[in-house]
Amino acid sequence: MKTVNRRHVLMIGAGAAALGLVGLDIHPALAEGKADELIKAFTGGAAPQEGRVTISAPEIAENGNTVPVSVSVESAMSGDDVVESVMLVAEGNPNPGVATFNFSSMSGQAGASTRIRMAKTQRIIAVAKMKDGSTYMGAKTVKVTIGGCGG
Amino acid sequence: MLSRRDFLQVALAASALTGFSGVGQWARVAAQQSLTEADLLAFEPLGNVTLLHITDIHAQVKPVYFREPSVNLGIGEVEGLPPHITGADFLARFGIDAGSPMAYALTSEDFAALANSYGRVGGVDRIATILKAVRAERPENTLFLDGGDTWQGSYTSFQSNGQDMVDIMTALGTDAMTAHWEFTFGEDRVGEIVDGLDFAFLAGNVRDTEWEEPAFEPIAYFDRGGAKIAVIGQAFPYTPVANPRWKIPKWSFGIREDDVQAHIDTARGAGADLVVLLSHNGFDVDRKLAGRVTGLDVILTGHTHDALPVAIEVGKTLLIASGSNGKFVSRLDLDVRDGAVHGYRYRLIPVFADVIAPDPEIAALIDKIRAPHEAELSRVLGRSESLLYRRGNFNGTFDDLICQALLEERDAEIALSPGFRWGTSVMPGQDITVEDVHNATSMTYPEAYRTEMTGKLLHDILEDVADNLFNPDPYYQQGGDMVRVGGIGYTIDPSKAIGSRITDITLLKSGEKVAPEKAYVVAGWASVNEGTEGPPIWDVVANHLTKHGTVNIQPDRAVKVIGG
Repeated sequence: MKTVNRRHVLMIGAGAAALGLVGLDIHPALAEGKADELIKAFTGGAAPQEGRVTISAPEIAENGNTVPVSVSVESAMSGDDVVESVMLVAEGNPNPGVATFNFSSMSGQAGASTRIRMAKTQRIIAVAKMKDGSTYMGAKTVKVTIGGCGG
Repeated sequence: MLSRRDFLQVALAASALTGFSGVGQWARVAAQQSLTEADLLAFEPLGNVTLLHITDIHAQVKPVYFREPSVNLGIGEVEGLPPHITGADFLARFGIDAGSPMAYALTSEDFAALANSYGRVGGVDRIATILKAVRAERPENTLFLDGGDTWQGSYTSFQSNGQDMVDIMTALGTDAMTAHWEFTFGEDRVGEIVDGLDFAFLAGNVRDTEWEEPAFEPIAYFDRGGAKIAVIGQAFPYTPVANPRWKIPKWSFGIREDDVQAHIDTARGAGADLVVLLSHNGFDVDRKLAGRVTGLDVILTGHTHDALPVAIEVGKTLLIASGSNGKFVSRLDLDVRDGAVHGYRYRLIPVFADVIAPDPEIAALIDKIRAPHEAELSRVLGRSESLLYRRGNFNGTFDDLICQALLEERDAEIALSPGFRWGTSVMPGQDITVEDVHNATSMTYPEAYRTEMTGKLLHDILEDVADNLFNPDPYYQQGGDMVRVGGIGYTIDPSKAIGSRITDITLLKSGEKVAPEKAYVVAGWASVNEGTEGPPIWDVVANHLTKHGTVNIQPDRAVKVIGG
């Protein structure tokens, strides 16, 4: 029997379950420094306030290669209360930047959906920049798992 | 000679039943000093709606032995809360006497000895007797709901692609169901069954992967006792993670808390007086969900196989836990008026197979389904001198038998066996039949693989599965138990974070520590990956038993639990 590498093992699977993922590094990610830098560049250095931003994503990814993520920001989208842009960051990916969505008062609402490839369990962070320059953020942890055994 | 039924009455009289004080109506049984069908069914009706609930019967249509867990740890906020109490603590918590019928039904204390006195539990023909009795008493008020994990778990369910259970549940007059293991029959088969089903198959948290549109009906409405009842179905959220996603590529699951709230709002908007979530989330997930959504009156929980003799209240929501394998039927009477619940009465009815008479019609249907398979089902493969069981967080003797079979038959150093919560028990001195082995292994992806893994990968797998069980946030749990291991032991601290729970993985044979970079030959089964190769696990176990004849497996001490 030949020795199999990680990729082969992933395809063969473990007794427990679901090995179908792009990677198995389940230890805390250390790409967070990069994510912080991206966020600072986006906000102009200010720390965003918590709130207004809601991220909708599965708690546990079914397929780490394509995780559906939606973001929405509470805003009237008129007058001064307008979301100008929302940046989506996958904190633990080698390249944390995912997308930046731009809006205007013509948008009606500030919301967007996309799919993200996730290398491992990590926080998805969304930062919203308002017309008045204030910034808000929300985050949600998405677990990328080998799998478990459903009862 | 005494029949089992006579024996039970004698035995119970002799042991003076004083143990029912915590469960209200059982006091009457104590007075009579015997256990009868009437006692088990006794219930002072309340209000205008009766919900009957079973869940996770795993295709067990005949009476079985099923040992409850002795270890069922709760982490974080749920530590020490039901259902995370076992044994003597469980009995004390609910005022149940050791040695009483409910102690036998609800805990693992003295299990083998009590099983001798009280006999088998469950049997869908006995469940039918209970359903018919309640319906006769409350014809316009009763709703019968199945929480899923119904079509999988036996030889006949596998042979018939779930059809035997569909026929039986239809004959029982099921009003609605939700699902989990049902999906392991694959998209086409599930679609075919659901299209022809004459009751509701509800799964409000399943969407198609392409457009994220609902894949199944989320809600069914029923009029009972002058109340409009909305039943929302919640399938097991992590089916494509814990089971093969390749069998259901077009369906995406998830807890989808926002969708649950939206379904509740839809139901209320449609004038529902009572809103019920028929759930396969698992108890801890449901407890968290109950505290985060509004407008839910009842959650009929499932998946984690917990049985609780009382309803758990979370705010205004009642949580019911009806056990597994046909051991229990839950009866919940509700006083529903003007869109609100004004009172309730609950009883977890244990299905003592020697006390409750089988319903002849359903018994005949079960016999007809099993007749072509009877010779194979009863074929003896070996004999066990010790109790074989599965439930528990870390190990069970039936899994130890499976791991031993994998090590020997697949010539491996290490065996992995999934921590499922289904699988019935075999008593000391009992023959092990083909049926027993299938009850512990029946599934649509049974291939027993053999491969090499590094020590690091093995550690990562153990850590990952442990986090699916012990993550302090229930929404990140999957509801199974820890993966079972053969050939190795390890130490686990469930209170730690992922990556640091598991230490000291050791090869039992040599006492050597498993080295991260070294490769080991590993055998296992139930891989969720497409194209897994190997003989079906039931053949592996059967061959092992045939060779050994008699097995004697004492509870394993190779997993050491620390911290907490």
